[in-house]
Amino acid sequence: MSMDSFIIEALQVLLVIGLAPAFAGWVRTLKCWFQGRSTPGLFQPYRDLFKLFSKEVVLAYNASWIFRFTPYLLFGTAVLAGGIIPILSIDLPLAATADVIVLISLFAIARFFLALSGMDIGTAFGGMGSSREMMIASLAEPAMLMAIFTVSLVNKSTSLAEIVQVIYSGQLILRPSITFALIAFILIILAETGRIPVDNPATHLELTMIHEAMILEYSGRHLALIEWTSMMKLYLFVCLCIAAFAPWGIAVKGSLAALPAAFGFMVAKLGVAGLIIVLIETGLAKMRLFRVPEYLGVAFLLATLGMLSFFILD
Amino acid sequence: MEITLETASQVIDFLAALVLITSFAMLAQRRIYGLIHLFAWQGLFLAINTAFVGYMADKSHLFISAGLTLGLKVFLLPYIFYILVHRLNIRKEVENMVNIPTLMFIGIALVILSYYVTAPVRELSTLMTRSTLTFALATVMMGLLMMITRRNAVTQVIGFLAMENSLFFAATSATYGMPLVVELGVALDILIAAFIFGIFFFHINTTFDSLDVDRMAKLKEDEMDE
Amino acid sequence: MNYDPITIALSSVVLLLGTALIAPLFRRSRNTLINISFILASIASFCVVAAGYYAVETAVVSTATLPIGLPGLPFHIRLDALAGFFLVVVGLLSFFVSIYSIGYVKGYAGHRSVTSLVVFYCLFIAGMLMVVLADDAFCFLVAWELMAAASYFLVMFENERAENRKAALLYLVVAHVGAIAILFAFGILAGFSSGDVFSGYTFDAMRKAEIPVYWATAAFFLSFLGFCAKAGVIPLHVWLPEAHPAAPSNVSALMSGVMLKTAIYGIIRVTFDIIHVFPWWWGSIVLTLGLISMVMGVLYALMQHDLKKLLAYHSVENIGIILVGIGLSMIFISFKLPLLAALGLIAGLYHTINHAVFKGLLFMGAGAVLHATGERNMEEMGGLIHKMPWTAAMFLVACLSISALPPFNGFVSEWLTFQAFLLSPALPNRILILLIPLGAALLALSGALAAACFVKAFGVTFLGHWRGHHRPHVHEVDWTMRAGMVMAGVTCLLLGILPTIFIDWVDVIAEQFVGSTISLSASQYGWMWLTPVSYERASYSGIIVFIGILVVVAAAYALLHVKPGMIRRSHIWDCGFQKINSRMQYNATSFAQPIRRIFGFLFRIRESVEQAPHAGHKAFPKKITYYLSVKDRIWKWLYKPIVDSSFWLSRQAGRLQQGRIQTYLLYSFITILALLVFLR
Repeated sequence: MSMDSFIIEALQVLLVIGLAPAFAGWVRTLKCWFQGRSTPGLFQPYRDLFKLFSKEVVLAYNASWIFRFTPYLLFGTAVLAGGIIPILSIDLPLAATADVIVLISLFAIARFFLALSGMDIGTAFGGMGSSREMMIASLAEPAMLMAIFTVSLVNKSTSLAEIVQVIYSGQLILRPSITFALIAFILIILAETGRIPVDNPATHLELTMIHEAMILEYSGRHLALIEWTSMMKLYLFVCLCIAAFAPWGIAVKGSLAALPAAFGFMVAKLGVAGLIIVLIETGLAKMRLFRVPEYLGVAFLLATLGMLSFFILD
Repeated sequence: MEITLETASQVIDFLAALVLITSFAMLAQRRIYGLIHLFAWQGLFLAINTAFVGYMADKSHLFISAGLTLGLKVFLLPYIFYILVHRLNIRKEVENMVNIPTLMFIGIALVILSYYVTAPVRELSTLMTRSTLTFALATVMMGLLMMITRRNAVTQVIGFLAMENSLFFAATSATYGMPLVVELGVALDILIAAFIFGIFFFHINTTFDSLDVDRMAKLKEDEMDE
Repeated sequence: MNYDPITIALSSVVLLLGTALIAPLFRRSRNTLINISFILASIASFCVVAAGYYAVETAVVSTATLPIGLPGLPFHIRLDALAGFFLVVVGLLSFFVSIYSIGYVKGYAGHRSVTSLVVFYCLFIAGMLMVVLADDAFCFLVAWELMAAASYFLVMFENERAENRKAALLYLVVAHVGAIAILFAFGILAGFSSGDVFSGYTFDAMRKAEIPVYWATAAFFLSFLGFCAKAGVIPLHVWLPEAHPAAPSNVSALMSGVMLKTAIYGIIRVTFDIIHVFPWWWGSIVLTLGLISMVMGVLYALMQHDLKKLLAYHSVENIGIILVGIGLSMIFISFKLPLLAALGLIAGLYHTINHAVFKGLLFMGAGAVLHATGERNMEEMGGLIHKMPWTAAMFLVACLSISALPPFNGFVSEWLTFQAFLLSPALPNRILILLIPLGAALLALSGALAAACFVKAFGVTFLGHWRGHHRPHVHEVDWTMRAGMVMAGVTCLLLGILPTIFIDWVDVIAEQFVGSTISLSASQYGWMWLTPVSYERASYSGIIVFIGILVVVAAAYALLHVKPGMIRRSHIWDCGFQKINSRMQYNATSFAQPIRRIFGFLFRIRESVEQAPHAGHKAFPKKITYYLSVKDRIWKWLYKPIVDSSFWLSRQAGRLQQGRIQTYLLYSFITILALLVFLR
């Protein structure tokens, strides 16, 4: 645990906080290009956040401390998760405090409190959003776990730093199990971060909302923090996917000299990931709510097939 | 180009996994056109697999089988079905008798079962394709499952053909394919069967005005009727 | 006076029995009665915790023979590491609940006499302690009966309601079916012990016995059946959701928190200790039943709108999780993988104590809500967080713990169970390797469903507006109840952030039963890092995650919080519809509706909506009635046939009673003839 690793950790956390809106902006820009609209620019999310920060916060009369505390908790857990996933380098002091299962549970805490704050004010929309979100989360968990199980079977560990190292030191093998797990993981990312085909992040119709319905009552700075958190969540899930499946480019040594190259690789991979996300989002339509269990069932099936293929074919 | 045994078995495993995926996708598919397309893809993956095994194992008759599969299963039969669906105005959605998540779970259970069943063969076999026998057996049973749980006659026939695909696949993985004369005979039979099925479909459709197999239950003798 | 643990434990039991005896003397003065008895009970529980702690710490086995019992068949008791652990479990929660009870029982409506509650409460705890300490079948079964009988009377405490009486009867029947099964199991085990006839009933004799495989299997199944009936494993769970809500909340906390654990104690004692050699498929059965209970338990809980019934069904789920850990351990040990077996066993034991603490806290919270509002039905509650902040905060801690969220304790035991699952590829049996990971997926599913259920429970009870028609005067509960809850909540947190210390302490049990410890690897990197198998494999630092969350959230708040002048309070946003009222909120039934639609095929669900249209125009409904009934399929498939066939058998047997003297004389005549012939 040298001084270098702490600097790397700090840099990575700042990068997560600072770059997540840019990634969200990239996804939105690509979507505009695909849909033939003109784009407001890559940095529009920053402008939106800035605007929200300067606005007044309006709270309902009966908002409890949970409602006011949740935005900070969400932001905090996302930042903490950003310090655990190897994005630039695996030499992170915090990476040893949590493995992949703990990471998923950190996101689960955030979701728990967000669902509670959806129910806090006592409107019908908030309860609806919470109820739908918890249903989707409960079906996404087994699929996510199966995908992680497959990855950890192949790499013999659940610690992300270790997984990256094993992939680096091994040969480049095209395994069906990892491919299935990867496809399942992509499907899960779309469900967990509330993208099409599970949830439309840009919808204005309350009855079609899932994530947005829980945050309808938030305004001003609170809303800015929550929006920032959801951008960070997308960013972090994509980085998790990259770290578990395609980590080439992440620095394995602890020196600061390797960081610029790692940064360049990360930007390139994020660009490609954004493209894949937008292709899927543009090509599919949002499913009705009770088709989502089938979708997640397909994800679970693929992950299970990946696990079975590992034993059967290897 | 020198391909090591290691890489070869990876490619074969990968193609086998793709065949399994198309089988599951056929179980889950709701639209007839989608089914036909998936059947074509399955045939394509099989043809590539057979050709590759033929190349690695130096069995030239597998190339002929691969070509036959390509011509028949990827182009001709799907085309015939497409024409049939179009001419007979068959409804474009397929109804299942069992819902889709349950079918998925049965599929997984079949994969585990076939793993258990093919364990002795895997011990004894020395071929590079031995680990794909599990998937082959599983896809045979899933084809049969497709035939059981569908309501529409066209889809039942596609299930039958998928079963035949999988048997062919099983033969490739167990013994590097059947003797060429057997393969040619089977291919010819499949072609004739497709024509005969087509004729039957026309007749059934004229009689019942639909190809729903539940209607055909009326054919059984029943004292309660009339 | 020697302070060895077994003497302390015994004296605590004596203290409890004594309290039960002297309590009726105080029945004139209610407050004195309550104060004295519960304070004595809490002292006894605390001593038990100390005794158990030392027993595990020193890993010394102490036995004693009590002069009670039949002549020639005295009671034997034994305090070893496993018993010590369960003493800690029982004693810890009893301590918290006894302090809580001081305030809770005082709140019981004035006209009812609480003497019986106090007496049976003490007898109940004494019975549980004796079950854990017992070292022979006789003592075990007497203590088991004492526990069952005392809890029967406690469930019947509010016996003016018919449903409570029915619940108590059902409980008694199932408990006795279980007890008979356990009796038979002990009979088999005692029958094979060598030595003279009258000492076969001690556990020591049973341990040394050589039992043939078929008889051992029979003994295992009988005892497992009996203990499952007590633990509430599906399909023998039907009494749990009836009995736990009927009992007073402090008793429900004890029943759900520790009485179910005595069954787990029994399973571990009989399987790992007495019948110590077993084939792998026993473990598979335990694992399968555990998985089924886990998933079905949480699904049943999601369908409930009665707060205490919901908590009762969650006990079914958590017992399932404990059995999963134990089942994995059994499978691993039968394939001679001691390190993995130790991991599974430790995961199961960890979840045992975690569940005791957080379930106790949940029931204490539900009792506080019941005490303050008089309601158990969540559909009538809401907005309590403003009037009952302490209760709400502690209930939230318990909700986070049971949903397996870090940094609380539920997460650590589920994490350890997951790690045990992930190590299953080390098994030599190829089919098990394929099937066990599906169990891990089911564990993830139940964890996520539990989180959904507790968002529902907490959200509907404490958040939003009051949903009921009449508004009671709600106030926070008194300091004793709060103290009990806060202590339990703090324990949840401590068990969550200091797992290595706990594992170091409890590892001696694993060493005794499976021959390996995990603490060597688990705390290899110091007390902060939990690395159960190896550092590269997986590591978790509860305390750093906890501190991390605190620090980052505090920093976020400090840097980014809203300046006081920038907050404005206003009405809730109503989308332009101005007549929004509290009945338009989501309640428990509506929250669970998506999940009910997906998993509803497992239950018998009848749902219907009727609309009475307005006289003027058909499109505007005047009144809408929604009817929903969710029933347990197991009643119809398993219990009803059994009940029907037992009635049929009784009717057939009833034919023997003809009512005429000649027939009865005829019976005696035939019997005498038969005896003469056969005993010639």
